[in-house]
Amino acid sequence: MSNTKKTYWKGIPQLKNDPQFVQHADKEFVDLGVQEDPGHSRRDFLKMMGFSVAAASLAACEAPIRKAIPYINKPLDADPGIPNYYASTYTQGGNYCSIVVKVRDGRPIKVDGNSLSKITLGGTNAQVEASVLSLYDNYRSRGPKAGEKATEWESIDKEIIAKLNDISSKGGQIRIVSNSILSPSTKAVLEKFKAKYPTTKVVQYDPVSNYGIVKANLESFGAAIVPSYDFSKAKVIVSIGADFLGTWISPIEFAKQFAVNRQINEDQREMSRLYSFESNLSLTGANADYRAMIKPSQEGTVVAQLYNILSGNDSKSEIANLTKAAAELKANQGASLVVSGSNDKNVQIVVNAINNLLGNYGSTILTNAPVNFRQGNDEEMSAFIAEAKAGNVGGVIFYNCNPVYDHPQGEILAESLSKISLTVSTSATPDETASLSGYQTPDHHYLESWGDAEPKLNSFSLSQPAISPLFKTRQAQESFLTWAGESTTEYFTFLKEYWMTRFYNSGSGVSFQNFWDKCLYDGVFEIPTTAQPLTFSGNVSAALAGLSAAKSGGQFELSIYESVGIGNGAQANNPLLQELPDPITKATWDHYVTISQKDANALGIDNDAEGRTQLVTITANGKSVKVPALVQPGQAPGTLGIAVGYGRTKVGKVGENIGVNVYPLVTAAGDSLSYSALDVKIEKTDEAFQIAQTQIHQTYMGRHNVIQESVLSEFKKDPYAGREMPKITKWDEKVDASTLSLWKGHDYNNHHWGMAIDMNSCTGCAACIVACNVENNVALVGKQEVINRREMHWLRIDRYYSNPAGTDADDLQGLEKVAENPEVVFQPMLCQHCNNAPCETVCPVAATTHSSEGLNQMTYNRCIGTRYCANNCPYKVRRFNWFKYHDNQQFYQANPAMNTDLGRMVLNPDVTVRSRGVMEKCSFCVQRIQSGKLNAKKERRTLKDGEVVTACQAACATGAIVFGDLNNPESRLSQLLKVDHFKEVEKDGKVEKVINYGIDKKIGNPRAYRVLEEIGVKPNIFYLTKIRNKDKATENV
Amino acid sequence: MKKRLPDSVKLLTLILFFLTLCYQSYSQTIPTDAAAITAGEALFNGNCKSCHRVKQKLVGPALAGVEERAPSIGWIISWVRNPAKMIASGDAYAVKIYEEYNKSQMTAFTSYSDDQILSILAYVKAEAEKVEAPAVAATAEAGGGAQSGIPTSYLNVILAGMIIILVLLLIILSLIINALKKYLDQKDLSEEDKEVVNSPYTLGSILSSKGFVFIVIFLVTAVLFKNVIDGLFTIGVQQNYQPKQPIAFSHKVHAGQYEIECNYCHTGALKGKQANIPSANICMNCHTQIQQGTNTGTSEISKIYDAIGYDVTTGSYTGKQKPIEWVRIHNLPDLAYFNHSQHANVGGIACQTCHGPIQEMEVVKQYSLLTMGWCIDCHRKTDVNTKGNAYYDKLLELHNAKKSFKVEDIGGLECAKCHY
Repeated sequence: MSNTKKTYWKGIPQLKNDPQFVQHADKEFVDLGVQEDPGHSRRDFLKMMGFSVAAASLAACEAPIRKAIPYINKPLDADPGIPNYYASTYTQGGNYCSIVVKVRDGRPIKVDGNSLSKITLGGTNAQVEASVLSLYDNYRSRGPKAGEKATEWESIDKEIIAKLNDISSKGGQIRIVSNSILSPSTKAVLEKFKAKYPTTKVVQYDPVSNYGIVKANLESFGAAIVPSYDFSKAKVIVSIGADFLGTWISPIEFAKQFAVNRQINEDQREMSRLYSFESNLSLTGANADYRAMIKPSQEGTVVAQLYNILSGNDSKSEIANLTKAAAELKANQGASLVVSGSNDKNVQIVVNAINNLLGNYGSTILTNAPVNFRQGNDEEMSAFIAEAKAGNVGGVIFYNCNPVYDHPQGEILAESLSKISLTVSTSATPDETASLSGYQTPDHHYLESWGDAEPKLNSFSLSQPAISPLFKTRQAQESFLTWAGESTTEYFTFLKEYWMTRFYNSGSGVSFQNFWDKCLYDGVFEIPTTAQPLTFSGNVSAALAGLSAAKSGGQFELSIYESVGIGNGAQANNPLLQELPDPITKATWDHYVTISQKDANALGIDNDAEGRTQLVTITANGKSVKVPALVQPGQAPGTLGIAVGYGRTKVGKVGENIGVNVYPLVTAAGDSLSYSALDVKIEKTDEAFQIAQTQIHQTYMGRHNVIQESVLSEFKKDPYAGREMPKITKWDEKVDASTLSLWKGHDYNNHHWGMAIDMNSCTGCAACIVACNVENNVALVGKQEVINRREMHWLRIDRYYSNPAGTDADDLQGLEKVAENPEVVFQPMLCQHCNNAPCETVCPVAATTHSSEGLNQMTYNRCIGTRYCANNCPYKVRRFNWFKYHDNQQFYQANPAMNTDLGRMVLNPDVTVRSRGVMEKCSFCVQRIQSGKLNAKKERRTLKDGEVVTACQAACATGAIVFGDLNNPESRLSQLLKVDHFKEVEKDGKVEKVINYGIDKKIGNPRAYRVLEEIGVKPNIFYLTKIRNKDKATENV
Repeated sequence: MKKRLPDSVKLLTLILFFLTLCYQSYSQTIPTDAAAITAGEALFNGNCKSCHRVKQKLVGPALAGVEERAPSIGWIISWVRNPAKMIASGDAYAVKIYEEYNKSQMTAFTSYSDDQILSILAYVKAEAEKVEAPAVAATAEAGGGAQSGIPTSYLNVILAGMIIILVLLLIILSLIINALKKYLDQKDLSEEDKEVVNSPYTLGSILSSKGFVFIVIFLVTAVLFKNVIDGLFTIGVQQNYQPKQPIAFSHKVHAGQYEIECNYCHTGALKGKQANIPSANICMNCHTQIQQGTNTGTSEISKIYDAIGYDVTTGSYTGKQKPIEWVRIHNLPDLAYFNHSQHANVGGIACQTCHGPIQEMEVVKQYSLLTMGWCIDCHRKTDVNTKGNAYYDKLLELHNAKKSFKVEDIGGLECAKCHY
């Protein structure tokens, strides 16, 4: 099986065998080489400790008086200590996710996906998971403000209404500026406002615009829409710069669909194939079977050549993989999909034409189910800014948007605001736009709000408050109704009435209250759609002509993208997202420009194993920014990649002044904004900078079978393809590593918890990391501590680069060539809950022990911090608390969830907040296991499969993580792994089959393997081999 | 001569006649079998007891003799199912009760079947007919039990007396030795005898000897060390902690005298982690009626009214509320997870097992140690309550060698059962 010799590396220093890397590679805890506090010796420390122990014990004699304050009038369905779950909707601009909010004692503490939604199907992403902490953001506005002065709602309403009337009576223009509005009832509210002030116009824009698609569809189909895509029906997918798994339009939905055709087994040996043509290595590119590097200026060429080949005008292309992709698209007509991330109308028209040629409309693209995620109109927004600049706008209300920061012309807008007599912002925080507005009328956080959404035509979704408003804020819709002079200003009433008139069918025999309660309970509601598919009538030749007329790029081209964590920057003050390692670069807390190794060498930029690099100056669109350079494998030579969402100035202590704002580098090209700059200058400066990257931490020291992978063609022949089954040599024979053990094993009479992680479905999106952080009160440590390799994440996603099989692993130059565009694989790594756990045997105080259900338990209050366990852990998943991260002013900025009264409300009361000097690690969400078991016991029944779900599993949009009971033959896990629940025992000369409660259950799934099987620790986590859909293992991606 | 029926036959007929009567009037209504009474008792204790007693007027009337007082058995059934409807219908007896009890309405038990209500009546009837005597006997017995054996206080007195006698004996003996010595000194003795009389080992020399000093120092250090260690072990242990509460609520009155179910107020004990300190609205279920306390008159009950904003004179709520800040008695450290429902519901453990004779406490105190050793000890000794719980079926099957198994046998001593 192991005929495919491959080399895996986590970062370039490892590939280059950098001496600094080698020096630290075998150390669990790196000697930082600096005395942390040279003022005190160890002796002083002991003296002081002796004193403080005595003092503490004296102080402890007097127990503090603790109060217990019950409800005065307890609501029927609220019980202290028992969580309630409410279906709701996450919307942030046009980003959407149907969610279920877990509320403990009146406080939302966790957001999970809502599986009743037909759009997001229970999936979430990192931003959705993290949004619960944004609710407790200390930077949120405390109440309305007129200028700098805090005021009352009555007086601010009076002033605003007076000004609106004044403007309106003079015929002055009023504008409401917003991101995409998903809510139909909010649109109705705005209509009321417009009726009162007829000069009002609503201008929608999106921080990261997809107006090119809207414009193209207007010309191709006569409708300004973004259609629905269905990746689950596509056997061949071609993505030209569209990161649909990470950030493009509706990534949760797309990831869910994409995963459908990536989960393979012995019986289902077909999977979809993904081609990617892109400049930056995106999440989609990392998951692609074939990935070609192109420059942003080539996007048009790729699309045009693809069209020409498909329409028979051309036979092949010089761009890598394109001829092959075209042939396969042709072979899978009606079951393929071509998407492009370009915001150029002409590119999108040709893409439409390609999909039309392939007959994909009606199967993988649905024009009769348009989505509302991106309704932004770049033209209208530019027009508005021009008007404002000319002083032609009387009043403007910024409805939960921040164009001063996230629009390319934000600076012009900021200057023009003084010319507008009425400026109002409803943003929940005093952000860049709100702080320049005359009036701040802060909206509730979405978890405090009522609301609805229509993400897709005729698919609706409701939001309900999960907590009473924390501050004196007011729902923006209520503000609009008040200013419109409506008699009922309560938005809840308005919303209910809107739903009653629009959706309630009085002939259905159900009372409206019942209908409403059902919708609220489900969180989603659908009405059958009668819309007809549209027919393509685009002018392809004009578009092609437009493409060929496009100018070619200069020496360097810049591609501006949205990062998976920070996104468009709205949640930049969320430390969960700042500390989340980027799925590809593994950088935290930093903003950087990605550059290829080749260009870095030419410019003399050097990244070392500790993330040290140099700052570079990038000049594009007449503007310059100075950012650190990060050498990124897979970055197309001659291109640079930089993310939006950083460089916020008015955002709060966490996100302030991290990186630079690159929205101003976005240019207006034709009707829409262009997220690439074709002529860019880059200059290296001498200033040093250190990026906090986690990629080089925790290596496996060259044990290569950590990742086991193959290609589909091999898998079809042999489902064991790619598997390595280590053998151990005994004196007479070689035996399977798993058959030898020093230990007697365990019997798990009740449950035997285990997990399977499918590396084929895992896209590396990192939602699980954030979910784990929130569920388990994992401390955030800040940039310097990440540099010191002390990040606390219980679950990390190892991202390995590799060469295609067959490249000589010793040929370093050859490998470096491959490293320009390597294969990528993601492996979520968490405590493996070994049955023969090496950590347990070295703990001198038995703080880490084994449970009768297969869990490797960690007892914080018993741990004395020897760190032997971490040193003995082959998977490097144990994390040590070097500091007291809670109630500690030093970590106030990085870890507000444990250091401010407001932030602490997000902590999970069922999980201990760990203190300094103890080890911690993944517990398999033991609190969820215990609670699931208790519920079953209370109902006097057995525990059903699916009742206990770990936080990472719940968050995983692609279903790559499956947790369950290996003792239960019905569990999804048992069935996925094909567990044999019986063992043969010899009794009185006869062989009998008995139920196997032990640790060595036979696993029948040929793809399932345990990491580092040869060391015999027998983990309870199984990985399923990565299968790439390549024709040959030796091919480049 | 006409033959008369014998007297015995007449008597028999009469009895039969009455029996038939009884049968017709009662057997179809209130059952008398033990099963019905037990079922009724459970229902009564769970649902009625917070407002009704059999022989005592509480929030609602005493129920003894209700089957005779009320217009009919059928009336009682419909009243229990929906009292509001009865009052609204203008039923004379219903309105009378409503007026008599300050216009406070009884909770409706709509889901009760006829049989269930009849079984409650059966229990009430059986209880009403019961004689007081057994209760008295039980108390006497309980008192007697405590008397057997010598109480520890006597033991201490005897011990002290004995020590005093021993010390006295020592003094007397040393006096005798001194007297004898003096007497012998006056005589001429041989050198050998002198050595015996004037031993070089005097008390003083022994006391100042190195060996003695060492032993004393060793013993003192050992005792001190043990005390310090013992003292350290008690840090954070608050057994018998009995703080003063903002309202002098008496469990003795509520749980003892009136036998209100623990769960009536502590609603979470069977449901979740916390047993819940009752919210003031639960107090008001009874205290809208009961405005005079057993021990403290109106002074303490009025504190509930202040908290929930209830105006006694008008019988209405003012909306002015302020929370009651109880002092927490049982303080487990944050690192220990404890769930009431696992113990009280699944385990079926009585509240008193851990909380002590709460029904006798005027002021609640922490009865148990609440240390980890105390938890572990119980987990070692206690059988798992597997009866009727399908969750344990598989485990029972596996443990079939042993009829029952202890909590420790199914992982009850594992760290992550309580620490995570």
